[in-house]
Amino acid sequence: MLNKYPLWKNLLILVVVALAFIYAAPNLYPPDAAIQVTPSRAGAEMSAATLSDVRRALDDADISYFGEEVNGSTALLRLESADVQLAAKAAIQRKLGDEFVVALNLAPTTPEWLVNLGAGPMTLGLDLSGGVHFLMEVDMDEYVAGRIANYREDLRTNLRQENIKYRRVTVEGDKVRLSFREDALRSEARTFINRTYPGEFLPQEEEVEGNFDLILMLTEQKVRDFEDYALKQNLMTLRNRVNELGVAEPLVQRQGRNRIVVQLPGVQDTAEAKKILGKAANLEFRLEADPGASRFATEEYTFRDNQNRTARLEKKVITTGDSVTNASSGFDENSFPQVNISLDSKGAARMTQVTKKAVQRRMAVLFVERKPKTTYEMVDGVEQAKTIQVVEKSIISLATIQSVLGSSFRITGLQSAEANELALLLRSGALAAPMEFVEERTVGPSLGAENIEMGSRSVMAGLALVLIAMLVFYRVFGLIANIALAVNLVLLVALMSIIGATLTLPGIAGIVLTVGMAVDANVLIFSRIREELKNGRSPQQAIHEGYDRAFLTIFDANLTTLIVAVILFAVGTGPVKGFAVTLSFGILTSMFTAIMVTRSMTNLVYGGRRVDSLSIGGKV
Amino acid sequence: MNTINFMRLRHLSTAISLTLLLVSVVAIGMKGLNFGLDFTGGTLLEVEYETPVELEGVKSILDNAGYRDVVVQNFGSETDVLVRMSESFRDDLGSEVLNLLQANTTDNDLTLLRSEFVGASVGEELRDQGGIAMLVALFVVMAYVAFRFQWKFSVGAVMALFHDVVIIIGLFALFQWDFDLNVLAALLAVIGYSLNDTIVVSDRIRENFRMMRVGSPIEIINESLTQTLGRTLMTSLTTLLVLLALFFLGGDIIHNFALALTIGVAVGTYSSIYIAANLLLAFGISREDLLPPELEEEEDDMP
Repeated sequence: MLNKYPLWKNLLILVVVALAFIYAAPNLYPPDAAIQVTPSRAGAEMSAATLSDVRRALDDADISYFGEEVNGSTALLRLESADVQLAAKAAIQRKLGDEFVVALNLAPTTPEWLVNLGAGPMTLGLDLSGGVHFLMEVDMDEYVAGRIANYREDLRTNLRQENIKYRRVTVEGDKVRLSFREDALRSEARTFINRTYPGEFLPQEEEVEGNFDLILMLTEQKVRDFEDYALKQNLMTLRNRVNELGVAEPLVQRQGRNRIVVQLPGVQDTAEAKKILGKAANLEFRLEADPGASRFATEEYTFRDNQNRTARLEKKVITTGDSVTNASSGFDENSFPQVNISLDSKGAARMTQVTKKAVQRRMAVLFVERKPKTTYEMVDGVEQAKTIQVVEKSIISLATIQSVLGSSFRITGLQSAEANELALLLRSGALAAPMEFVEERTVGPSLGAENIEMGSRSVMAGLALVLIAMLVFYRVFGLIANIALAVNLVLLVALMSIIGATLTLPGIAGIVLTVGMAVDANVLIFSRIREELKNGRSPQQAIHEGYDRAFLTIFDANLTTLIVAVILFAVGTGPVKGFAVTLSFGILTSMFTAIMVTRSMTNLVYGGRRVDSLSIGGKV
Repeated sequence: MNTINFMRLRHLSTAISLTLLLVSVVAIGMKGLNFGLDFTGGTLLEVEYETPVELEGVKSILDNAGYRDVVVQNFGSETDVLVRMSESFRDDLGSEVLNLLQANTTDNDLTLLRSEFVGASVGEELRDQGGIAMLVALFVVMAYVAFRFQWKFSVGAVMALFHDVVIIIGLFALFQWDFDLNVLAALLAVIGYSLNDTIVVSDRIRENFRMMRVGSPIEIINESLTQTLGRTLMTSLTTLLVLLALFFLGGDIIHNFALALTIGVAVGTYSSIYIAANLLLAFGISREDLLPPELEEEEDDMP
């Protein structure tokens, strides 16, 4: 019984531990307070002139900075301390005006060689960094109902074109009912519908009052497709709106079937944030004004892509971006680019009503943007910044109406790139389905800092207590277990950093709990070794048997705990998920350190030589 | 070390457990759980005063202003006040309450630290999800233990978990401690912990049934419990140490989490000794139940 690990095993352990230290290392470098400057108009570049303006603004305000970085359109400047962050933001905003969004940020200070290895620090959850958290629920029923109303129009047009005579098409809740005079017409329609809308409907037949009815219900798959689309669309729109807020690292993420989480670190003004997230109508459809129209009923707007070109539009709005349920770019039958637009029933009705009398006139799509405008005024001798939101409108399309427009129509006569951009802009303004706020949390920055402080203090204290207890009870073996425990913590942090997990307060609790439970495996092994010694085995044999026999127990016990952690992850949300992640990683890393790492060290200390006694503590 | 006759006390322990379970069920039935905002939905505001205030006064100000179901309590310190109400959230509710409270106090500046709003549907869903999570966890664990050991062990293990969970929930109901999302997480962690304990003990019982040629089931179980006692106490001790650190230093948000886990570790340690082993005896565990049909376990040894 030599108790020696083969070289490869020791090397493997060394490599894993070394990697863990490398990937955990970025968390040791506290981030610098920084200011982030971005042009408020998408696609604009950060020019050298702007950058020198920024520098001058900081110099004038006597704020020292360093390490400026330009990444595409975004510039990042690091500050000496967090205290001057607000002052720096104000100074830069004052200098640059409202063409730029100036936001507070934290810049990672990870050394370059670590960045090159793909290492980075853990991100902090809102409960640690402070900020606003929203949970929004998408009203799917409303959206699907709108889709069904659209089907009605669509079916009518298509059946008419196919010359299949129907009596009427009605919407009944989530179903469409088609009535026919004859059974033959109904089967003809059924074949046609199966061909035109494959897999979209579950058709049912019914005879009512001498009519042959065909009832169309959406398939579950189709409903799910619709919901997916609506959610993705809303996500995209929300991202665009969040970008207007100028938050450094916003999170906009799907949660479950019909919810969206929005987290805005650092933002304290929930009312303002909600206004922008929930804002309606940032597209308007309007007719071009007749040349002879009164100036009071018309307004002049510039084009978005060409400031010098203008057009005069009627003040009356046909419909708004709220009514746009879909917009996509594609090609017409002659392969010219086009944009297909779908409207909801309300918008479609208005569109039909207006365009009936306006064929051959031109219709404009106006893009509406809300931008912050900051003015400065002196209050009691101190300059105070006052920000208001101003509305800016520009024309993104002006096209001739060829025929009466309904729930879906198209804009042609565009270049391919233009069509893509127009479709994007049309979509970006629209929420596919209405949403409401179902959860809202604000955490003040001081509370966040306090939570970090308390979290790390309890980890330290808990760790210290466990280390002492192990040392007292198990002597040299206790020391080995303690080193393994430290390695375990490093491994855990490294793993969480690699997968980009977010550290939350419950997550820290999970780490603490892991510390307490990680020693369990070692306790099991060590008490087994003591028993074997008591049963008269030699020290080497006792070590071998102890590890061997304890393994199955450790494996069973940890696997069952892991099952619980995985279930926790699967059904939990937010903080519970964070806790589950740390707990499961903790189980995995502690198995590795408590079994492999301690064995390797035990072998180094006692293995391969004659040993008379083990330093494993007396009686418990 | 001499074998401790744990099972001598098994009737007493059964009585204690049944009493605890009864008290818990009655407490849950009579008082119900004091669900936190996460589960009930509603609005929560945390404000900080410069100097300590009378909670009664704050509550009556808010009641008089017409807010419904107002609960006011201190949070962490005497100056930190937590206000909960079933009011649904409006953008300006935070500042509205703040102004109202400020107007009713002189020379005591206050600041809004945190505001939370949870929709009623979200809370309800969370409650359902939590319950389902717990049941799924218990079921999967039961299946796993039945597969690794034997059905008598699996029933014992699950009853032990059930016992622990009910007693913790019962204590939360009895003392009306806030039951929030973190406490739910703690409950699930307790399931993990207590299970860990039970498995270790069961493992030893199985091993001893196979190895010891003589001795009644009671003797074998006593022997097994004695052998694992050192480990059980040591692990409970280290876990309790970190939990105490969390309880005292972790801050108020984590307070009830640590509390639930502390109770869980204590009850879990007891239940893995008494509940699981007791049930094995009650089911009439015998050597035949555990004679290994599978000998391939030796190959698993690969630390």
